[in-house]
Amino acid sequence: MDVIFLIFSIYIGILMLLSLYRGIFGPTVLDRLIGVNAIGSKTVVLLIIIGMIYDRVDMFVDISLAYALLNFIAVIAASRYFQKRKGLHDER
Amino acid sequence: MILDAIVISLFLIGLIFFTGGTVGIIRFPDFYSRLHPAGKLDTMGSLCIMVGLSLYNLHHFTLSSVLVSLKIMLIVVFVFLSSPTAVHSIVDAGVRAGLEPWEKG
Repeated sequence: MDVIFLIFSIYIGILMLLSLYRGIFGPTVLDRLIGVNAIGSKTVVLLIIIGMIYDRVDMFVDISLAYALLNFIAVIAASRYFQKRKGLHDER
Repeated sequence: MILDAIVISLFLIGLIFFTGGTVGIIRFPDFYSRLHPAGKLDTMGSLCIMVGLSLYNLHHFTLSSVLVSLKIMLIVVFVFLSSPTAVHSIVDAGVRAGLEPWEKG
């Protein structure tokens, strides 16, 4: 079962790399924010799978919960900041 | 053995949702249409994979493993509350900054 968990976590890592494309080359700042949000919501799952592989789920659950909170706060703060800015179009 | 089969099938369903979300984020033409896979499919994929993980965690049925599974399900509840809120906040920022919707042709 450990090998299956390893294969699934590598696949989630590949999906995170594909989401990073939108994070780097997004036409506007808000597109980059979408990419970062997708990577964060996959990381919450990936941390618990890593805990399953290491047999320390009771510790990794807390780290995952902290990461979920941090991701939510970061996205809310960044979108509140960028909605007051002019010139989102200039980056195109 | 049956538990392993259920867990692997839940994982595969969740990975299908994650793959659809990633392909949608990459290939949709517009900011507003990219938010659609980012908001829905990631939440559903997280639900399937987390339910599978908390079922697999109940392999050794003790009090501590039940508590850890309950905590994993509480993380799912938090993701269900927070992920649509975050995506709606991004939409609000886009509307107020005046981004134009994409039109065909």
